[in-house]
Amino acid sequence: MRNLLPYLFLGAMPAMLMAQPDAAEILRKIDKQMVTESAEATATMVITNRRGRETRITSRSWSKGETTSLVEYLSPAREKGVKMLRLEDVLWMYTPQADRVIQISGHMLRQSVSGSDLSYEDMVDNGKLLDLYDAAVVGEEVFMDRSCYVLRLRVKEGIEDVAYAQRKVWVDKTRYLPLKEERYAKNGTTLLKNFEIRSVMKIADRWYPKEMFFKDVMAKGQGTLYIIEDIKFGVDIPEYMFTKAALRE
Amino acid sequence: MFRFLMKGMLRDRHRSLLPSIVVAMGVMLTVFMFTYMKGIFDDFFNNAAMYESGHVKITSRAYYEEKDVVPNDLALEDGPGMMEMLRSEYPQLKWSERVKFGGLLDAFDENRETRAQVGAGGVGIDFFGADTAERNRWNLGAGLQEGTLPQKPGDIVMGVTLADQMDLNAGDDVTLISSTVNGSMVLNNFHISGIIYFGTPPMDKKMFLADINDVKAMLDMGDWSSEILGYTNTSNYDDLVASALTAEFNAARSDSADRFSPLMTPMLDDAGLREYFGYASKAGSIMSFIMIFAMGIVLWNTGLMGAIRRYGEMGLRLAVGESKGHVYRSLIIESLGVALMGTIVGTIFGLGFSYWLQEVGFNIGDMMGDSEMLMPTIIRARITVPAFYIGFFPGVFATLLGAGLSGLRIFKRDTASLFKELET
Repeated sequence: MRNLLPYLFLGAMPAMLMAQPDAAEILRKIDKQMVTESAEATATMVITNRRGRETRITSRSWSKGETTSLVEYLSPAREKGVKMLRLEDVLWMYTPQADRVIQISGHMLRQSVSGSDLSYEDMVDNGKLLDLYDAAVVGEEVFMDRSCYVLRLRVKEGIEDVAYAQRKVWVDKTRYLPLKEERYAKNGTTLLKNFEIRSVMKIADRWYPKEMFFKDVMAKGQGTLYIIEDIKFGVDIPEYMFTKAALRE
Repeated sequence: MFRFLMKGMLRDRHRSLLPSIVVAMGVMLTVFMFTYMKGIFDDFFNNAAMYESGHVKITSRAYYEEKDVVPNDLALEDGPGMMEMLRSEYPQLKWSERVKFGGLLDAFDENRETRAQVGAGGVGIDFFGADTAERNRWNLGAGLQEGTLPQKPGDIVMGVTLADQMDLNAGDDVTLISSTVNGSMVLNNFHISGIIYFGTPPMDKKMFLADINDVKAMLDMGDWSSEILGYTNTSNYDDLVASALTAEFNAARSDSADRFSPLMTPMLDDAGLREYFGYASKAGSIMSFIMIFAMGIVLWNTGLMGAIRRYGEMGLRLAVGESKGHVYRSLIIESLGVALMGTIVGTIFGLGFSYWLQEVGFNIGDMMGDSEMLMPTIIRARITVPAFYIGFFPGVFATLLGAGLSGLRIFKRDTASLFKELET
């Protein structure tokens, strides 16, 4: 019997290899769910500050491809009319009170948006994980009653301009949504942000997050809930909307 | 006898002139250094009180814990209520609200496009209140280089170096990019009504002043108050008064279990200057000690020289029957005369130079370079009552000490050999 053990183990190897999913394939499936060609959405950010007070900011956003997007705040009154436009790697912000268009660049991109746990980078991020990261499956776990692959993502060689150099991602095995993420700095040990998908919705044949929770580990607030009120994919958005001149309109 | 000795001293200039000059120089230096140090320390502490801490400051406990990062989101609630209470319960102090904040100042061109951006610090002060003392406290009228002080909401005054750096003038508009207490980025336009020379390099380089109501609206603070500063009626900080008031206020109104309850802090603790203040208040004594010690050595030497020069005279006086004690006493009385004369002259000259430095001042702006210290660029002496008598300690005591020590040689003279010595 003892002599059979090695053979039994070797016999099981192909089955084990078959069960091990391809990390790049998982990233491709995540990108298919999360990255949109064009979309129009209304969302509400619920921000709880360190005094325990809640602020709700509602915005409407339009995106085209991975690097063009526009966000306009609808409420509260104080924030109404504030717009953020991303064109390639440049982010512009317009506030009607000052009637100024200001470029947000460098370290300012990492600042909090409206006191939330999202940075400007997070806000306009629509890039494909597959283009930015090398991935490896490091385990399998159950998270929020969903069976997940656990992936370790490391930024690809030569890519510098990325907000999080490493990520640990819990990916729903059937819906291919990143249900939980730990986002790390370059050293791989400094945790910068936690992210969770709290609820999901199905639009046509696509699963998409409905409620997402962000927690900036460095910030002293109690986290930010990002709720997508409605979203339409594949919408036709006029080009002029993504121009600096249109910000003042 | 005193008159006789004085007449002898005045007729023999070697016995009076040189020692008197030495004493006068030492006393003059002591008085001048004392007023100079007093001026520097007073300016330093007054700057800290005027611009930073008041004589006492009230914040929330949470704000105080993180005060270095100016956490306006942890400000006191119901600021107007607190101000009203302070004015009625503590009328012996003048109370002023302040809000400190930071951000990027953005100068723009005719197309409203950015042409210069500089990181700057702002302070919101009460420009338009009916009983505001802030304009005088900041001495804005005297420092105004161009334009006017704020005339209406939305006006600001800006440090002269900051304005130069951004090529801004009175009458221009500028945008501030900052964050509200909720963390939202905020862009706010201000009108530069005037350019101010604060007289302190870090402030001239980085600071602008806006009306506190504009600042609160911009930062979305509602009726919150970040800092409430209290000033006693004395021109200088009195730690005993400030500490007693602090203890009384905190016992009655601060709750260590509530992070948002008010907390009063005396200036020395708020600005972290307690140790420095202790040193500054001892400066007069330290100066006197150093001068007594140094002058003691100098005058001892002068006394020794005199005693050697008057070796023969002393011997003759002892030989004709004058007692050693009498000779010694006459030496001490002579030195007292010299000391008083030198001290009075030295004090007059010391006060004269001090007065010049107090009124005219000495500009060290070029030497301060990029200093971040809240020090005025013009150094001034300050003449206070002790300056009129502080010179008497080293002037009189050191002279008497020197004469007393050198005169001890009189008692070592051997009377039997005096005539032998005098033969030569």
